[in-house]
Amino acid sequence: MALDNTPKRVFKVVGTRPPRPDGVDKVTGRALYGADVSAPGMLTAHILRSPHPHAAIVSIDTSAAEALEGVKAVVTAADFVRQDDGSLRDVLDNCMARDKVLYDGHALAAVAATTPDIAKAALKLIKVTYKALPHVTDVDAAMRADAPVVQEGRSLETVPDGMSQNVTSHCEFGHGDLAAGFAKADLVVERSFTTAATHQGYIEPHACLASMTADGKADLWCCTQGQYNVRTLCAAMLGMEASQLRVTASEIGGGFGGKTTVFIEPVALALSRKTGRPVKIVMSRDEVFKATGPTVSSSIDVKIGMTRDGRITAAEAHLRYSGGAFPCGTVDMGAQSAFASYDLSAVRTLGWNVLTNRPKEAAYRAPGAPQAIYAVESVVDELCQKLGLDPLDVRLMNAARKGTRSSYGPTFDDIGLIATLEAAKAHPHYVAPLATGQGRGLSAGFWFNFGGNTCVSLNVNTDGTVGITEGNPDIGGSRAAISQMAAEELGIPYDKIRTIIADTSSLGHNDVTDGSRVTFAVGLATIKAAQDAVAKMCSRAARIWGIDEEAVVWVDGAAMPAGPNAGKFPPMTLAEIAAVSFNTGGPIAGHFEFNADGAGVSFGVHLVDVEVDRETGATKVLRYTVFQDAGKAVHPSYVEGQMQGGAVQGIGWALNEEYIYGADGRLQNAGFLDYRVPVASDLPPIETVILEIPNPGHPYGVRGVGETPIVPPLAALSNAVSRAIGTRLNSLPMSPPRILKALSKG
Amino acid sequence: MKSIHVSTTVNGDAIEFICAPEDSLLDVLRNRMGLTGAKEGCGTGDCGACSVTLNGRLVCACLVLGAEAEGAAIGTIEGLADGDTLHPLQQSFIDHAALQCGICTPGILVAAKALLDRNPDPTDTEVRYWLAGNLCRCTGYDKIIHAVQDAAHKMRSA
Repeated sequence: MALDNTPKRVFKVVGTRPPRPDGVDKVTGRALYGADVSAPGMLTAHILRSPHPHAAIVSIDTSAAEALEGVKAVVTAADFVRQDDGSLRDVLDNCMARDKVLYDGHALAAVAATTPDIAKAALKLIKVTYKALPHVTDVDAAMRADAPVVQEGRSLETVPDGMSQNVTSHCEFGHGDLAAGFAKADLVVERSFTTAATHQGYIEPHACLASMTADGKADLWCCTQGQYNVRTLCAAMLGMEASQLRVTASEIGGGFGGKTTVFIEPVALALSRKTGRPVKIVMSRDEVFKATGPTVSSSIDVKIGMTRDGRITAAEAHLRYSGGAFPCGTVDMGAQSAFASYDLSAVRTLGWNVLTNRPKEAAYRAPGAPQAIYAVESVVDELCQKLGLDPLDVRLMNAARKGTRSSYGPTFDDIGLIATLEAAKAHPHYVAPLATGQGRGLSAGFWFNFGGNTCVSLNVNTDGTVGITEGNPDIGGSRAAISQMAAEELGIPYDKIRTIIADTSSLGHNDVTDGSRVTFAVGLATIKAAQDAVAKMCSRAARIWGIDEEAVVWVDGAAMPAGPNAGKFPPMTLAEIAAVSFNTGGPIAGHFEFNADGAGVSFGVHLVDVEVDRETGATKVLRYTVFQDAGKAVHPSYVEGQMQGGAVQGIGWALNEEYIYGADGRLQNAGFLDYRVPVASDLPPIETVILEIPNPGHPYGVRGVGETPIVPPLAALSNAVSRAIGTRLNSLPMSPPRILKALSKG
Repeated sequence: MKSIHVSTTVNGDAIEFICAPEDSLLDVLRNRMGLTGAKEGCGTGDCGACSVTLNGRLVCACLVLGAEAEGAAIGTIEGLADGDTLHPLQQSFIDHAALQCGICTPGILVAAKALLDRNPDPTDTEVRYWLAGNLCRCTGYDKIIHAVQDAAHKMRSA
């Protein structure tokens, strides 16, 4: 059959809102998450963590712990294979400190015992001799030449001479003549900003169950955004071949980027290897805050020049990010995304990553972009205020569009920023009256979106149903979206399809569920796998009819004779072809694997109204509207869910959430009581407007939607608060004490 | 310390178990009864993922001792549906896409049912304040509020 490769714009299943396949399991408590499984003979392990922010490990004596009745094994860094590759070594050193502990909460030993209580008691019997070292937790302080050095010898050649060894990398993006651009401006505003590190705050702590047998085969169950990545990392750390380690992803209780690496998984495997018994590890919330996650903390300078009618003439940003105690490339993404929303003739961004005695950064929804874009959108807003210009009009005037050379290099194809801004301008929210003391803010936001390595199998069952095997943990309804795309392509009802997520032994490699890649890349592979199966079904029908398979087309879920044979035979449905498949060549399956590109960038615009209580400094969010280009919303409810959830995480980041370190270098708020994420009563309804500007890189036009929505809230809230109280805060979060301080100055 | 023998009722079934004095009700439900629907998100009563009812009162199972279940009636997410018929709240959460990862969903459903048992016609603000002890990091709560209100409406009309 001949495949029709023109982009599809009329849909039957895509764009509808069917129930998600895992819905009943999740509303009945039946769905199994990381901590929900046990195994016969299972041991429980707990991890010893450093109380120091920075110290040399002089010695670790585990003998007393090993002697405690019920303790079956103790492991330290010595039980893992030392890694040559830098990034792998960092992940391992983060799981188990080798020579130094680098932050409060850094793991350095683990105990497996018959009960959790015995494991915890044994931790107290491990004697560690530390030599405390000076520490640094602030990004700007860590850049100073006399700052304590967190790790030596980690600076890349890109770092200019004379900087602290804590500066590990430097990047630069942009084009045009900045000096000439600033000279053309009627007003130049230059400001400095800081943002606190925040945590992804997934409600499910990390959990895993590892079981290794005497012949070296192992099974690992864990909550992760990428079971294949877990396999790669753990196999290397334990000196195993990939085929001997089967990793199964549990249902995942939130990730947002934070479950894209390993923390406890290799530890559980090492303990299982040592004991010959299954070993379970579940982190406490305190451990999750201290030793996983957070985002970078940042310090940023932004300078923008504007003409009095609102055209940006030049723009520059210097970004200093700290991804904690290990080298981190997130600042590169911040530097690339900072000015992505603008069509600029002169733009430059410089970035530095800096080591501090904080936990190793993990990705969090559009990693690096919210901080940079917060600073940029704040300065744009201040320019609008000072020049008396409408902030939406200014953004429309300067917006990136098809053909714009982006601030990070590539030239944009079809993008939805203008349409998104216009939708915001036309929305009643933008012109709704505000009471005295209230403020309205807006911000644009951007994320690249990823594609990546993807592999999908599609099996046609003899009863006319279809099973899809994909390899990406479903964190927001992707099984529904993938089933919808398969139903669309095959021409059969959604409820005839069941999509499952494979373990690492059942399907080829799939990259981590990150970069908003799944609905785009796995969806695309599913469509191609469906086309593969359709071609085979057309071939079977051709064989049954005794005609050339090129003369068969697939229409509405059935093979039909075409061309000179049109109408000669009645159509054969998928179910009819499947029913006789054993007699026509055997089972029918489709498959597709690729390394996807063409993900299609994504833009969003957020509008927010706030009111600030001048006595308490608390900010109340009164109204919130999210506008975003989804390319094509496969399941609009779950697209809205991403927009709403991302917005609320951004609201938390803007108003309350932060890692607070004391002068002693220890984390002071490692719990949900003191690290306050937004609760239902903090929030208004989050309105959503989905734009659909098709992504040329996907047959249905799909773009990833998951990450962009966390980008605009930081500046949108800051701009709203600034307008409400008449003074601008250049530091996040805008927690009540900071607001009160700003008010007392104002 | 000596283990404690406890007789209780869970979702209407008489259950006996042995637990250590310091075991929480959540430990007992999850590790001794295999009822893993209630989740441990924090262990300190801050997230609500382990919400269950104790004699009709909404509690965090991580803040109740297993021994306190003696003679009590416990209600968990596993008891919300009536056989193979979902409770209107459960159906509503599916229909309104009010869950993403689903880890907070059991706790939120148990809490929402406790609300509607007391107040069958709450305002949005009442729903938001009642659920303020149940953290959801995925949804931004918007669809959860809609789902609770739609279920409440259907239950009033039934």
